[in-house]
Amino acid sequence: MQLQQMYQEIILDHYKNPHGRGLRDPFDAESHQINPTCGDEVTLRVSLDGETVRDVSYDGQGCSISQASTSVMTDLVVGKPLGEAFKKMDAFVELMQGRGQVEPDEDVLEDGIAFAGVAQYPARVKCALLGWMAFKDAVARSEGAKA
Amino acid sequence: MTTTATPLDVATVRADFPILGRTVREGKRLVYLDSGATSQRPRQVLDAERAFLETANAAVHRGAHQLAEEATDAYEGARQKIADFVGVQYGEIVFTKNATEGVNLVAYAMGNASTSGPEAERFRIGPGDEIVVTEMEHHANLVPWQQLAARTGATLRWFGVTDEGRLDLSNLDELVNAKTKVVAFTHQSNVLGTVNPVRTLADAARAVGALTVLDACQSVPHGPVDFKALGVDFAVFSGHKMLGPSGIGVLYGRRELLETLPPFLTGGSMIEMVHMAKSTFAPPPARFEAGVPMTSQAVALGAAVDYLNAIGMDRIAAHEHVLTEAALRGLTEIPGVRIVGPPDVVDRGGAVSFVVDGIHAHDAGQVLDSLGVAVRVGHHCAWPLHRRMDAAATVRASFYLYNTLDEVTALVDAVREAQKFFGVR
Ligand SMILES: Cc1ncc(COP(=O)(O)O)c(C=O)c1O
Repeated sequence: MQLQQMYQEIILDHYKNPHGRGLRDPFDAESHQINPTCGDEVTLRVSLDGETVRDVSYDGQGCSISQASTSVMTDLVVGKPLGEAFKKMDAFVELMQGRGQVEPDEDVLEDGIAFAGVAQYPARVKCALLGWMAFKDAVARSEGAKA
Repeated sequence: MTTTATPLDVATVRADFPILGRTVREGKRLVYLDSGATSQRPRQVLDAERAFLETANAAVHRGAHQLAEEATDAYEGARQKIADFVGVQYGEIVFTKNATEGVNLVAYAMGNASTSGPEAERFRIGPGDEIVVTEMEHHANLVPWQQLAARTGATLRWFGVTDEGRLDLSNLDELVNAKTKVVAFTHQSNVLGTVNPVRTLADAARAVGALTVLDACQSVPHGPVDFKALGVDFAVFSGHKMLGPSGIGVLYGRRELLETLPPFLTGGSMIEMVHMAKSTFAPPPARFEAGVPMTSQAVALGAAVDYLNAIGMDRIAAHEHVLTEAALRGLTEIPGVRIVGPPDVVDRGGAVSFVVDGIHAHDAGQVLDSLGVAVRVGHHCAWPLHRRMDAAATVRASFYLYNTLDEVTALVDAVREAQKFFGVR
């Protein structure tokens, strides 16, 4: 059934037991993102240590895809230099916008490769990217605040 | 209008809708339960549009040739059919792009009244005036009023909604008062299915000299509607929700109001006399139809009205009543399912929204889709209503004349399947 391809065990696990969930202090910047078509939302904070992502904390409500994707993202970016975190983001965005034609690299995306099936459903791509957009925006805000 | 006790013959109706015969998602029979968003079109409507384009296509109201004449007749003939369909006069029907444009037309025209002549006096709105809407409005009948209030300094107020999803009219006398300029509300909620007491609201508005604007998007396609009997001043609906094409909507306005309402969009076709520095405007409905209009779409909407009339709006309403009752019963029997809207079929139409404990609407919709059941998920352009009903998002099944009891069963079974898939049962 196509459904299992989309809802991989990894996704359902992250949905039921999200990693790094909850808003924490201190933080450098916060972003609130919504998906206006379905009302899903996420509030996300980044805490940076120079050029390294010290922590990402978040809260929100939404479908399994948006919540699991945000959980996977925290695993991918926390502790990483910003440059590497953004490389992972680019790889994830490419995967999601690839309509199922992009072969994901597990070394880069780890659990994120489980979302390959979601890319076949254009309506759900926005869900999968919600947390990442919040991360990108929060980092931009923290840089704006410094400048 | 045909009024007959015999139930609708769904099999015959379905044969007119080619799309209902297709399969989706690896061979699943399509169960289309999203007519509240947009309806499917029967061959008769598709054929009428094609026939018009193949024989009579031309820019209406322009040109001296035979095609222009025939196209104009077809376009104006459609206006007459639609006027008859909702119990109003020919000149009281204005074609718009959709219902959303219809609401904007009224809201912008009222905003323009402050810079128009004394004849537009009764449409003027400003600080101290009040606009009243309801918490169950589709964004199309909310945001244009927020914007009008913001542009003019008027105050926006609204009726609340009860836990059951009915309009809370307990403060009717206070909300609709001498300061009220407009009362804009929906006939039937696209989320809750609730049918509102139009007459009560229209009477209250008239008593204080306020104008009424009825969102009839979810009522006109589904049962007999007579705007004169309802006593509203303006009403809007969309062609694509009543077996017609997208790109065509209807605004009804009481004749004496349309005669003095200032224009919204201006340009060709809506003028009386044009000079370099200023112009005067044509009488309605032309005053509100600037530019070359959607012609084949209007003709096809006329054909949709013929189709609906041939079946009979009473029968369609009765058919949907049966489906709605079955859906409410079937869904309520599932533990963990909460209906968002009235639990019974009293003053209620065929939109059934619900939440499933432990499953986000998006995820539930995905399982339904994998089984061929097409529903809408999200807030259905009624975000404040969802907030009020304490639901971030809902799943909505909506019915029409071509749906069957088997399809209701397919919906209910699919919801149980979703619970199994996500392990909440
Ligand atoms: C109650 C209601 N009002 C307004 C609209 C807006 O209709 P349209 O998008 O065709 O303008 C809709 C449909 O989406 C609706 O259901």
